Amino acid sequence: MDLFEYQGKQYFARFGIPVSPGGVADTVDQAVAVAQSAGYPVVVKAQVQVGGRGKAGGIKLASDADEVRLHAGNILGMDIKGHVVHRVWVEHASDIDEEYYASFTLDRAAKKHLLMLSAQGGVDIEEVAAKDPSALVKLHIDPVDGLSLETARQAAVTARIPERALAGTADILVTLYDCFTQGDCDLAEINPLILKPTGEVHALDAKVSLDANAAFRHPEWDEYRATEVLDDREQLARTHDLQYIGLEGSVGIIANGAGLAMSTLDVVNQVGGTAANFLDIGGGANADVMAAALEVINFDQNVRSIFINIFGGITRGEEVAKGIVEALSRVDLRAPIVIRLDGTNAEEGREILARAGIPESRLISKPTMLEAARAAVAIAKGSN
Amino acid sequence: MAIFVDERTKVIVQGLTGGQGKYHGLRNRAYGTQVVGGVTPGKGGTDVEGIPVFDSVAEAVAATGATASFVAVPPKAAPAAILEAARAGIGFVVCITEGIPAQDEAKVFNTLVRDHPATRLLGPNCPGVISPGKCNIGITAGEIALPPVPGRPNVGIVSRSGTLTYQALYELKQRGIGVSTCVGIGGDPVPGTSFVDCLAEFQNDPETAAIIMIGEIGGSAEEEAAEFITAHVTKPMSAYIAGVTAPAGKKMGHAGAIISGGKGTAQGKMQALAAAGVEVGQNPTEAGDLMAGIVASLSS
Repeated sequence: MDLFEYQGKQYFARFGIPVSPGGVADTVDQAVAVAQSAGYPVVVKAQVQVGGRGKAGGIKLASDADEVRLHAGNILGMDIKGHVVHRVWVEHASDIDEEYYASFTLDRAAKKHLLMLSAQGGVDIEEVAAKDPSALVKLHIDPVDGLSLETARQAAVTARIPERALAGTADILVTLYDCFTQGDCDLAEINPLILKPTGEVHALDAKVSLDANAAFRHPEWDEYRATEVLDDREQLARTHDLQYIGLEGSVGIIANGAGLAMSTLDVVNQVGGTAANFLDIGGGANADVMAAALEVINFDQNVRSIFINIFGGITRGEEVAKGIVEALSRVDLRAPIVIRLDGTNAEEGREILARAGIPESRLISKPTMLEAARAAVAIAKGSN
Repeated sequence: MAIFVDERTKVIVQGLTGGQGKYHGLRNRAYGTQVVGGVTPGKGGTDVEGIPVFDSVAEAVAATGATASFVAVPPKAAPAAILEAARAGIGFVVCITEGIPAQDEAKVFNTLVRDHPATRLLGPNCPGVISPGKCNIGITAGEIALPPVPGRPNVGIVSRSGTLTYQALYELKQRGIGVSTCVGIGGDPVPGTSFVDCLAEFQNDPETAAIIMIGEIGGSAEEEAAEFITAHVTKPMSAYIAGVTAPAGKKMGHAGAIISGGKGTAQGKMQALAAAGVEVGQNPTEAGDLMAGIVASLSS
């Protein structure tokens, strides 16, 4: 789950990482009120989860209430690369001497935590690393040991962070690591980490991605879930607790298992079609789950055909088939279904589907994934 | 022969008295697996359909001589359960639990590496392992796996995805091809057992003549496998990678299945495997067809 900048900064603040005084606003009046208490000059920043906000005019400096009014008015409602701005973050503008970069992630290949640190921040860090690999320090941390202040300081020295910023940087690295580990982040990134003329080091931006698996021990994450960017289909899927990702195509997909669902998207693509979604209904395929899945697919106006791809393992084919027949009696579908049912007792399952008396215009059964994909794509293209 | 588990493997189920543990533990026993005990703190002295339950793994090991453990407990309790098994001297731990936080997983993995190097963890968030006809630990439906056929080339399977693992077992069964061992390594970011670990075992297993590998988007495990194959695997292989059409930045069901920063794409993984001499199919059926061709050429 990706956080907005303002949420990231609030999350940082919980762990004691210094950020600029400021607040979030979803109206112009609120923005002015926040600016007043943060102290002028302020920066008004669009809250969207996409890069290039500054270039798009989504970040503006304001020296008084009128300017805040003007900029907040322009930015709120602005469309930045398809992301509509619903909120702005207003904070006291910082004087900047230098800009650095710091982040923690999990290095999956090394199976250890990875600190990345550079004295060249405020720009795309991938570009910095491409131009001069030595400008980006990469340090693996054993999750059992954690990160000591001494190691953090050493990393800052290696990254050529200047002497007067060393202590402040090392402190922030240790607290950012706490935020990353105790805060269950997939990513905790500060770009830029700034050095002020006064010698203080602090976070001018915040990029935080949280590990959804850890939600059970973070009740405070509920508010982040509430602001997560989901389209209407994904919103509906969430109310049914379904693993759904909306896509742009015309073949609705239902499969059991994440791997099989991904594979189904691939096969539809291979035979010239496009998937409308990813949807994994998990191991079982009972009538309730199937009905909920069909309801979500049916809600998508782009869907022209529905490809149900089920492999029966422990859940036997006849149980799956009964579930589908019952689900069909509950949901009034706009698009026809093509089903491929395979695995344990698939034969019996297909027989149940055949005997259910569902007309071929509504349900077609195919023995293999490839044949089913071809049929679903043909219907979606209107050429059957 | 087989890898990791066979007919001699004695298994305890951590969480045998819970819903998942009981259901799958009893299925595993019905398959023929030696399920010798269960562990649920506070329920020692009871039994589940004749399987004795102990308060701790150490007690279970002392009483039964168990060598493997099947961890079927919720995400909150799973990290401690895995480490308890390792401390009790269990050599092979299978954890099917889905939803363990990545921070906990990374800690468990590195603790095992450091303090319990003799313990192998399979999973978490994996379907388990089956050596058909001998031992089944986890949630795989045993009836879709064909045991090794004597005198014929048999195949080893290693996969990151559950349902695609079953698909592979099924495709081989329909073609009359036996399976030595089928390992589901799971779809999480820090799996205890990697493709490379399994490939090394299959390479050394006399019963395994060829290997099918099923990967998916995210991370670099398939690329590491490709490097290992080039250097160490002489047995013929076919492979399939799921997620060619997956959009970047989205977790595709599995916590580990995500393309981030342009890395971890299916195309990159397929290219790496093809360059290592692996026959790469465009879908699971094609990977099965390719393996059928490999087996036919090995038989002639």
